[in-house]
Amino acid sequence: MLELIKAVEDEDIKLLLNDLQALYGYDFTDYSKASIKRRINRLFTLDRFPSFAEFRYRLRNDPAYVRRFIEQITVPVTEMFRDPTFYQALREEVLPILGTYPFIRIWHAGCATGEEVYSMAIMLKEANLLHKSLLYATDINPEVLEKARKGIFQLSQMKQYSENYIASGGKNEFSAYYSANYDVAKFDQTLSNKMIFATHNLVSDRSFNEFQLILCRNVLIYFDRNLQSRVFQLFEESLDNLGFLALGSKETIRFSSIAPNFKQVGTKEKIWRKIGPHNILKL
Amino acid sequence: MEKNRPSQYIEALIIGGSAGSLEVILQILPKLRKGLSFAIIIVLHRKSSFDSTLAGLLSSRTVLPVKEAEEKEPILPGNIYIAPADYHLLIESDRSFSLDFSEKILYSRPAIDATFQTAADVYRQHLAGIVLSGANADGASGLLSIQNAGGITLVQDPSDAEINYMPNQALARLKPDYILEKSKLAEFINNLSVN
Repeated sequence: MLELIKAVEDEDIKLLLNDLQALYGYDFTDYSKASIKRRINRLFTLDRFPSFAEFRYRLRNDPAYVRRFIEQITVPVTEMFRDPTFYQALREEVLPILGTYPFIRIWHAGCATGEEVYSMAIMLKEANLLHKSLLYATDINPEVLEKARKGIFQLSQMKQYSENYIASGGKNEFSAYYSANYDVAKFDQTLSNKMIFATHNLVSDRSFNEFQLILCRNVLIYFDRNLQSRVFQLFEESLDNLGFLALGSKETIRFSSIAPNFKQVGTKEKIWRKIGPHNILKL
Repeated sequence: MEKNRPSQYIEALIIGGSAGSLEVILQILPKLRKGLSFAIIIVLHRKSSFDSTLAGLLSSRTVLPVKEAEEKEPILPGNIYIAPADYHLLIESDRSFSLDFSEKILYSRPAIDATFQTAADVYRQHLAGIVLSGANADGASGLLSIQNAGGITLVQDPSDAEINYMPNQALARLKPDYILEKSKLAEFINNLSVN
């Protein structure tokens, strides 16, 4: 009755990750091990490799397959207005403050297929702020950015998204933001006109601008503590004074070195405001 | 089918359940002894809106500390951890939790299989897994992973389960070490403890 499950072992995973770094510059060594092992095994099974050696050979020699690998390993799962109370807090507590700036720069770090970027653009539009905003949306994975740029999502998702939108305090007809065509929904171009999509690797790339709001939701859960703390520092450097940092519902800056320089907005949602470090006057 | 008290020491016990399992857990909890020598991890399918109230509900029924598992949190003996709604709960080799928001598995997030499999990888034979009532095949393949790693496996007796589909799916995949009725589960769990 014993069923043998063919699987990629820990040692093999080290080999794969070393290859990816040496040949393609992707560094996954500071990712949480359990998740990456599950993802790799899932892909190994999905793509029906007869052996680990063939899996590794393909990765070493086929750059097109590397793109698929990155896409599949980095969990491109996201939703519009996921966690409605989070969006409600953004709408009610963060956007009014952003509105006082002459120009608003927002960074969606690890945006995957872009559902959250479109959610944000909708809220900015409703707050009459979209015209003076720019949304920078980045991901390690060029495949998902291509999808995000198009703003085309499955029509079957729209019922759920519309419910999320209403629960987040949305007052309009959600369907006014997209046109339905067969089984897809294409979002209005006035939204995507304010978006800039670019690849950015949180592991290896530096800060590229200063923002009033950075959103990075359900990305840090895949990183180990060490990598998390490096990324937190990157976010701190990339935020204006009094800028906001928004994380996923199970993520926190509480145990990180940047915690003393931030103050949580309210108590429930994972949104912090940068209040320091206070500059020391040099005499 | 029943063995005597298992010889290996247990570092963690994972209980997976779906429809009809909450009632079983509420029945087990009051009978558990304080200071168990292993951690208990509970993975229940539920609507994502029914969120953190679950830890509160369960902690009102037991002397053991109950909390929702947090990412990177070390897993300590004598505690009961609940998988948070809408994330997969994984076990890391340094005996800490990590969360994962990847695709649902068998329509489920958290998926029992994901916790069972990653835990089997880490704890090997020092792990016990229980599959309770439910209308879903989740848990079956993870329980097999626990068995293949040498861990202890238990399935709720299908004739005693409110919904027998999940126990039956597990039984179709493996011959577990134990098949028990819900009334026997608390004693079984207490006996896994070395103190």
